[in-house]
Amino acid sequence: MPTGTLIAIIVVAGAGTFLARLSFLALARDTKQRSLAQIALRFVPVAVLPALIIPSLFINEGALYLSLSNFRLLAGIVAIVVARFTKSILLTILAGMGSLWLLQALLA
Amino acid sequence: MPSPRSELLKGIKTVSPILLGVIPFATISGIAAVEAGLSVPMAAGMSIIMFAGAAQLASVQLIAAGAAPFVIVLTALVINLRFLMYSASLAPHLATRPFRWKAILAYLTTDQAYAISLAHFEQAPENPDKHWFFVGTAATLWVVWQAGTVAGILAGAFVPEHWSLDFAIPLTFIAVVVPAIKDGPAFAAAVMAGLVAVLAAGLPLNLGLIVGASAGIMIGTILDLRPGWREP
Repeated sequence: MPTGTLIAIIVVAGAGTFLARLSFLALARDTKQRSLAQIALRFVPVAVLPALIIPSLFINEGALYLSLSNFRLLAGIVAIVVARFTKSILLTILAGMGSLWLLQALLA
Repeated sequence: MPSPRSELLKGIKTVSPILLGVIPFATISGIAAVEAGLSVPMAAGMSIIMFAGAAQLASVQLIAAGAAPFVIVLTALVINLRFLMYSASLAPHLATRPFRWKAILAYLTTDQAYAISLAHFEQAPENPDKHWFFVGTAATLWVVWQAGTVAGILAGAFVPEHWSLDFAIPLTFIAVVVPAIKDGPAFAAAVMAGLVAVLAAGLPLNLGLIVGASAGIMIGTILDLRPGWREP
């Protein structure tokens, strides 16, 4: 089994176990009585979308691709910075596509 | 005052910038279907029935590779497991709608429609016409998706690969998720989800996506339960 897969299994199983042990203990002092499901659901979009995005930037043909010639990773970082500061969907896509095309034109 | 009409128009207006990112995805899924050997009606039917780009692309790849049918179905379902989570997350906001509404909204649910609509719902949870906002975003995405798919089916292999238009897909997701990361637990959830998804990328059947997302949700929840990490 690949090391990454093994780490992922251990991290997820460990976090799940901890969460199960923590759940009612932590909520017992919570006067607002927020349910565990309500809290967890807040994290669905901010977890699922990065799980879709990050591998598409870092992984190429099944292998980790950490290199300055990984243009998609570089353009993705530009897009993340632009999204952080402009909060504009259009500008983010234009910045990301523009960076990718520029890198491909100059360096490929 | 919000009305069904104003909510519908607001939904269309909010979704319009990301259509630029959807068109290439739709076009590519159309091209891929035809290249995998699907007939034109079969490719169009798949797009209408499944209406799920990532699952369509994965299915088409497996069909082209001659995979066993149950593997193809299982892969598509695993990729779409995230809709379970979207459904649970949208449920409190749409609980009072009649079943036919829920069925239509469920069919129209996509990553983009979900992310945009949920953000809108959380801003004004008491708005009785908010489901019309969802219709505005989701139905617009549906029309653009189907048009883009048909364009791809007809264009076949004429879009040059070096345009890298498929890169618009992760860019769209980046544009949606980065502004949604507003506090420490959300940031930790995003980083953990991305990290574990990369580590688990070797898992079969695209399970890395589900494993990564689960890890992110758990770490976010754990940090949120910690005193001192309360939302402002």
